[in-house]
Amino acid sequence: MRDPNAITKSRRERVEITLLSTPAIIIFLGFVIFPVFMAVYYGLFKWKGFGSPSSNGQFIGIDNFVLILKDPVFQKAVGHNFFIAVMSLIIQIPLAILFALLLNQKFKGRGLIRTLIFVPYVISEVIVGTGWSLMLQSKGAVNAVLAKLGLAGADWIANPKIAMWTLLFVISWKYVGFYVILMLAGLQSIPEELYEAAAVDGADFWQMQRSITLPLLAPTVRIAAFLSIIGSMQLFDLVYIIWGQYVSDTAGTSTMATYMVREGRLASNYGYGNAIAVIIFLISLLVALLYQKFVLSKDLEGGLTESK
Amino acid sequence: MSNHKGGSRFEILQRWKGERASTPWGNPVVYFLSLVLVGICVGPVLYIIFGGFRTNAQITQDPSGLPNPWVVSNYTSVLESGTFWQQLVNSLLVALLTTIGTVALGLMVSFVIARYRFRYAGLMYSLFAAGLMFPMTVAITPLYLLIKALGLVNSIFGLVLPEIAFALPTTIIILVPFLKSIPQELEEAAALDGCSRMGFFWRMIVPLSMPGVATTGILAFVNSWNNYMLPLFLINDPHRYTLPLGVQMFSSQYSVDTAKVLAFTSMSMIPALLCFTFFQKRIVGGLTGAIKG
Repeated sequence: MRDPNAITKSRRERVEITLLSTPAIIIFLGFVIFPVFMAVYYGLFKWKGFGSPSSNGQFIGIDNFVLILKDPVFQKAVGHNFFIAVMSLIIQIPLAILFALLLNQKFKGRGLIRTLIFVPYVISEVIVGTGWSLMLQSKGAVNAVLAKLGLAGADWIANPKIAMWTLLFVISWKYVGFYVILMLAGLQSIPEELYEAAAVDGADFWQMQRSITLPLLAPTVRIAAFLSIIGSMQLFDLVYIIWGQYVSDTAGTSTMATYMVREGRLASNYGYGNAIAVIIFLISLLVALLYQKFVLSKDLEGGLTESK
Repeated sequence: MSNHKGGSRFEILQRWKGERASTPWGNPVVYFLSLVLVGICVGPVLYIIFGGFRTNAQITQDPSGLPNPWVVSNYTSVLESGTFWQQLVNSLLVALLTTIGTVALGLMVSFVIARYRFRYAGLMYSLFAAGLMFPMTVAITPLYLLIKALGLVNSIFGLVLPEIAFALPTTIIILVPFLKSIPQELEEAAALDGCSRMGFFWRMIVPLSMPGVATTGILAFVNSWNNYMLPLFLINDPHRYTLPLGVQMFSSQYSVDTAKVLAFTSMSMIPALLCFTFFQKRIVGGLTGAIKG
């Protein structure tokens, strides 16, 4: 009596599992994983995007990859990506922690201020890029404000000595709010009792932050840093909107992704473009794996054992 | 003795709490710093909105000034043009369909991963979690070729399907811990009352997971609303432009008419701003759950 019951139950379960999970898996494999594998295949051809690469293109093996890695324009772009990744961490993470501590204080109007601080994160890269590129023009609002304060302006966008710092400023302005959200969320999970106990023991505000908040916030910081690094490796929209496809090279703000769009899509060199995508993926993957191995491993172990 | 000590501790605590509420750094400092922060974050956005109320002559004369006099013609001309409304409808359609699709598929598969015991649950979770390593930038060139092969270039579904696919990893990572935290007893009680697994899903899981669903839904909506790269590759028919693509095209088309560009830009950010303002608490709450899990 029991046995057949168990079998029907497990068969029924299997049907349920299949019905509930198949749509998501198909869409995910089809539109995320499959294209990346196709990129590897397309990357082996010299191909303009018409018909299929095997009949309308020319198989050239790893020539595309060699060409890309040897291209000084690409090498510079990779350098920019890594510079942006490191500087974003140095600028954004400490700022985000400070802002989160500030906004974790209990005071009237906090909710409104929290909402307002997330405004730059919510509006799109295109709007941020369009707005800032207008403001940062040599005759734009930023220089006008500086002039009113008696300070000299600069050519924030075109001057190659400044452009990278302008980009870092815009990136920080855009994304710091997101990291503040993450840090605030992390702060909520620190038990209030710890601070109360520390206060009883006579610790002042900064001592509490150093010996309670920072260590307990470390997992959140590591995840935030991971997201920031991955984001820096993929950076495209802001650079493309503010600097356009050509100026970014001369101004020194080009990234791997702007290089990919210009040399691949716009030049209709789809074999070459796909090869660039593969290289971007491998570089990001390598960075992510190294980061996971040396920094994130503890958190992930915790996460996996917990989720089991 | 310990009781006595506890009592005094409690008093200290109360006193400290009272102090903390008013003077950790002193309220004025907190407010001052917060206001500076808000100024930096909101100032440029206000510049865009106010800039739309100025004329080009005003902007040229003093790029950083306030509207004087205020003109509404930039905004009215944007509102009267079909372009803006067309792109608004396109963006709304894409964002809503993406949100619905992401939440529905994400909730179903998260339910399986979180509440069924089977061999591949861990593998499934890892598969989607690995999706975080496949950002749209990497996939976009082959994705364009795939969408072209499917005949979905210049179609709303050509945008929606990839956007759902790329929103699934975050959704699942947020929802799985959330669904796991729903007590097992609840499911057993439901089973005792004759409720099947699917009945449990519909009657308990769906309503109970609303906070998590709201978080992931809003994230999917805002990300879709702001997406630029996908429409840049997949859409070349101006009638199918979404707002981000529209803003960029508009600003290069009317590059001399700064005021109009600013008006168009501010109109296009309103929906995402509204969406976020209404649900701000939900988003912070949802992320808290995700990080704890």
